Amino acid sequence: MTHNFQKDIAGCGLTGLIDKKGKGVDGSHIKTSLSLMTDRGNGLGAGYAAYGIYPEFEDYYAFHVMYDFESSRMEVEEILKANYDIEKKEEIPTAKVESIVINPLLMRYFVKPKAEKIRPGSNEKDFVVQFVMKVNSEIEGAYVFSSGKNMGAFKGVGNPQEIGDFFKIEEYTGYIWTGHTRFPTNTPGWWGGAHPFTLLDWSIVHNGEISSYGINKRYLEMYGYKLTLLTDTEVVAYLFDLLVRRHGLDIKTACTVLAAPFWKDIDRLDDDEREAYTTLRSTYASALLNGPFSLLFGHSKGLVGINDRIKLRPLVAATKGDMTYMASEESAIREICPDPERVWAPRAGDPVIVEREG
Amino acid sequence: MFKSHVLPEYLATIDTDKCIRCKRCIHNCGWGVYSWSGERVLIDTQKCVKCLRCYHYCPVEAIEIEDSKTRYKDNSSWTYKNIRNIKKQAETGGMPLSGMGCDLPLPILFDNMLLDACQVTNPSIDPLREPMELRTYLGKKPDKLEVERTKDGKLKLKEGFKMTPQIKLDAPFMFSPMSFGSISLNAQKVLAMAAKECGIVMNTGEGSLHEDLLPYTDHVMVQVASGRFGVNPDYLNAGVACEIKIGQGAKPGIGGHLPGEKIPLQVAKTRMIPVGSDALSPAPQHDIYSIEDLRQLIYALKEATEYKKPISVKIATVHNVAAIASGIVRAGADIVYLDGFRGGTGAAPNVIRDHMGIPIEHAIAAVDERLRQEGIRNEASVVAAGGIRSAGDAAKAIALGADAVAIGTAALMTMGCTVCGKCYTGNCSWGITTQRPELTARLDPEIFGERLANLIRSWKHELMEVLGALGVNSIESLRGSRERIRGIGLDTETLDMLGIKAAGT
Repeated sequence: MTHNFQKDIAGCGLTGLIDKKGKGVDGSHIKTSLSLMTDRGNGLGAGYAAYGIYPEFEDYYAFHVMYDFESSRMEVEEILKANYDIEKKEEIPTAKVESIVINPLLMRYFVKPKAEKIRPGSNEKDFVVQFVMKVNSEIEGAYVFSSGKNMGAFKGVGNPQEIGDFFKIEEYTGYIWTGHTRFPTNTPGWWGGAHPFTLLDWSIVHNGEISSYGINKRYLEMYGYKLTLLTDTEVVAYLFDLLVRRHGLDIKTACTVLAAPFWKDIDRLDDDEREAYTTLRSTYASALLNGPFSLLFGHSKGLVGINDRIKLRPLVAATKGDMTYMASEESAIREICPDPERVWAPRAGDPVIVEREG
Repeated sequence: MFKSHVLPEYLATIDTDKCIRCKRCIHNCGWGVYSWSGERVLIDTQKCVKCLRCYHYCPVEAIEIEDSKTRYKDNSSWTYKNIRNIKKQAETGGMPLSGMGCDLPLPILFDNMLLDACQVTNPSIDPLREPMELRTYLGKKPDKLEVERTKDGKLKLKEGFKMTPQIKLDAPFMFSPMSFGSISLNAQKVLAMAAKECGIVMNTGEGSLHEDLLPYTDHVMVQVASGRFGVNPDYLNAGVACEIKIGQGAKPGIGGHLPGEKIPLQVAKTRMIPVGSDALSPAPQHDIYSIEDLRQLIYALKEATEYKKPISVKIATVHNVAAIASGIVRAGADIVYLDGFRGGTGAAPNVIRDHMGIPIEHAIAAVDERLRQEGIRNEASVVAAGGIRSAGDAAKAIALGADAVAIGTAALMTMGCTVCGKCYTGNCSWGITTQRPELTARLDPEIFGERLANLIRSWKHELMEVLGALGVNSIESLRGSRERIRGIGLDTETLDMLGIKAAGT
């Protein structure tokens, strides 16, 4: 039912880093940074996303999937077998962590869609998106954590240290890392509910509440997205997918849609620009993200940090050498980069866009 | 002739101790209730409609207008209204008429909906200290946009792309169509001046455009209805948009009849018909007997306006409104104007007004949802009208999915209207729904234009407060955001139809 709005309400801490030369750093950095902000969460959810972690499978979609039941695994794998060539399938390696008593079954698959299964006029990415939507909305007890190439999401119910230890994330090396700890006020205590949220190689960590969730959700539904994850954060991931991948907007323009400039500022632009911004804003009015948020948006080519249009959530950025850091608190950056060259608080609605070189 | 058995509705009284015999009541009453005996004011209370003009203009507060104490015996089935109508019909053989919208105590769903507000996890926003945006663009929007960057990184629309024409509103409000003829020219001027002042739009209705309104055409929508009064290329191109009127919420399925008595020279000239001739608007438009015909008229208007004006199609909300609206959008309309069954009118047979159509709340919900299911919500804007009484109603209509709301009755109230419902008689003592020069002269467009502008200003402030409490700072974040509404006292079927959850869930 489309009006079954289930908005997750949570306060959070987030952190992220990118090496624009594409050199990898191991997961201990992000874990250290995020763990400093443990008090911004309440132990009911933490997670990490990393890019560049599966170089040996870089041409394959890496599906991280959680299962509550053995039957859901069998159901998903049947669909997988029918539609994909599976190069490798394994349990995601985990370590014993005392405080994590029960956890879902966590599997990863490296796959390629079978060409003959893709409808004419469609494409590989749409095919993967439809698979993810189907699993998440129709198969009980199964949920896709991530579905991009050479990247993955690791998340669960616990605090940053526990989840990092559980997934042994220091053993992965990536050129982009994001991390998130949450303070849900009405959590279903569900592993799938933790951040990051991902689709293809987009990943989102988000601090805030999307007060425009109701219309953002209905807007996305018009384009066939199924919003099933009991949270408002997934709208951000899907909006990026719609705007950037399907509508072909560049990331900066997509950010202009999500945190649109005020009319008073648009009115001051010269004719051509004013027309462009006015048209963009009125066309994508239902995609405006309203309400307090700071978020990090990772993709295979870069990292973006952005605030809502009146900056109702914290976001600090810093650079040192080839590294750019963004986090809810400056201390989380200084914990892993004690002497940054530049530290600043990005202005409301003004995105920090870092692209990987080459 | 027998004395009428129809009970007088009201009892007009004058306290003779207070009365100073100034005769203002005689002068002000358009109904002939008062007359001068030579030494005191006489009262023919049968004629009183309780418009309260006399009450307001009595300098010594000597006048009281009460509901007549003599009623038929109480009976829940044979109510006062039923009995009175039957007696009236028996005496005249005619259809009882009314002005204004349905006044029966049918459910008003706006009153069963409550809006959300922020607490703790998201901050509310103070509209007095932070930007709060109400600007709304009406018209077809592209499904997606292609943009480019100039060499210096500036955003630019892709070469060759031209946005479809839009109406810019500074707030999501409009004035409903009310024609010159049904209302006075001064009343139209009030609407035009307030629309200009507030950056919104008034609508000519089907009576064409009087030349006195030419200075306001940046804030005027022109209408083409079944009577086609005064329709010509200049008229079509005069305003910011054209509207095809198919139906009216107060009287779905029927046309209009402006009697010759209401067609003095100015009205005749504007409508391009002879003085004193009846102005008949047929029930259907006789060149639109189906959707394909509507498409042809839409494109005829687009051709006539060189694709520079959005075309709106106004319909009454009837049972199958969602499918009809979808057809209208597919036929090429840029705006669908939904007029709910509580919408106002200058004249409608009671049997139509009180028994036909569906409430605007249902219609917005059904149309918005259907257009989304069909993936064409961006193809047209939705304007909701018919029973918008306050900024609260407007906020709920927008949250249900309307792009903007239109108000008619509320706008007339700022000019003095008390919803007495006798617009069709042409005797309006407030100078609104009359063409009698001695009555229309009392409606000063400047004074009342300012009052109407005040109403819109006040509603703007109220809407901003609502947005701020909801924690959003732009109207588009409320539009269609049904997650911010909860229903109280509604059954599951109604909640599902409206697409909202029950309070507490």
